[in-house]
Amino acid sequence: MTAALGRPDEMQPDLAAALAASPVEDLLATLDAELVGLAPVKTRVREIASLLLVERLRREVGLTSGPPSLHMSFTGNPGTGKTSVALRMAAILHRLGYVRKGHLVAVTRDDLVGQFIGHTAPRTKEVVKRAMGGVLFIDEAYALSRPENERDYGQEAVEILLTAMEEQRDDLVVILAGYPDRMEGFFRMNPGMRSRIAHHLEFPDYSPDELGAIARLMLGAMQYRLSPDGEAALAAYIERRRAQPDFANARSIRNALDRARLRQANRLVTQRDGAPLTRDDLMTIEGVDFRASRVFGQSTADPGPAAPGEEAPR
Amino acid sequence: MRLTQGTFSFLPDLTDDQIRAQVEYCLEQGWAVSLEHTDDPHPRNTYWEMYGPPMFDLRDAAALIHDLHEARATFPERYIRLNAFDATRGVESLRLSFIVNRPSREPGFRLERQEAAGRSIRYTIRAYATDRPEGERYP
Repeated sequence: MTAALGRPDEMQPDLAAALAASPVEDLLATLDAELVGLAPVKTRVREIASLLLVERLRREVGLTSGPPSLHMSFTGNPGTGKTSVALRMAAILHRLGYVRKGHLVAVTRDDLVGQFIGHTAPRTKEVVKRAMGGVLFIDEAYALSRPENERDYGQEAVEILLTAMEEQRDDLVVILAGYPDRMEGFFRMNPGMRSRIAHHLEFPDYSPDELGAIARLMLGAMQYRLSPDGEAALAAYIERRRAQPDFANARSIRNALDRARLRQANRLVTQRDGAPLTRDDLMTIEGVDFRASRVFGQSTADPGPAAPGEEAPR
Repeated sequence: MRLTQGTFSFLPDLTDDQIRAQVEYCLEQGWAVSLEHTDDPHPRNTYWEMYGPPMFDLRDAAALIHDLHEARATFPERYIRLNAFDATRGVESLRLSFIVNRPSREPGFRLERQEAAGRSIRYTIRAYATDRPEGERYP
């Protein structure tokens, strides 16, 4: 078959050398260290990395094909890491040599849609220009289309995006993110958008173990640690919190940790018996810091209204 | 007569790849690039019309090249120039400006002599193109 393309058969690309030189393994190790769970996402990153590598080898032996389209949609429940992955995706694609600059332009509906007739197109075009050479991340993309208002300018923004995604495929990667049910509605309204996006990534909810790992990762980054009792309390907290209706995965965990830090600080300030504080005291979060949470104050069957400071269900 | 204005004016016209490289350099320096066009080639005509707003916050030259192709398609028979504006405090002016599109035929300038008082002569130049109204100057 190579003969048909006018190339000698003995020209063999060195896959092993290319693999060794490629940053793929390195990247995936970083992803594994920084992001807990998300197996489907990591698999897709690996596939994309392999594809780009193979593309390069194919070019070396004279086989040509256009660059693959890498527009993506991220769907998942609140707090499943869509934005975190998008931030990293720009860096990943840059290191894999797919985008030239590797910056991320994160926008929402407000940045794209204008307020009066003729305002939307220049706004959207400017955003697209800014994102060229990098990744355009549209958070809560379903807000672009508001079917209940037929004079809404969102549709215009969608059309300009579609043109840009098609014509400037080499210069731009577009990532749409949103909650699964609303994105489903958005794609139903805009079938052109669905067909232009090659990669639909679903972000699964985290398991309790993964949430625990996330909590430890976050605490480690903030230079805190859990006492053995704290570990147990955290596990119990996660189990109860998950059963509540407004649970937002990692975001809820981060909020819980922030509140635990508050309680720890308060405990240290009020309950000292004159003994000097050690470095250990300052670092350690105890079980009581979690158990004071309202989550423990009631049965899981009846969560009641959200306490002040809790994130609103989205 | 070939119009020479701005940077690189005595070089042959830059190719798209060369323009792209220049823009990449401008963006690395943090300058904002923009496109302007005119059909009045007089050297004292400094105020050309903007083709779209200046592109602040640009990271990659692809966007400008895309706009340039658009501008050439819209105004194939006009002068189009690329400007790079340096907003650094104390500079706040153009750092680089060169012509990226020119009409296929450039008739050039006429030298006019005006007899003034006491046998002195005042010289001025006038572009042949500007004899016709704006928009009809380069058929």
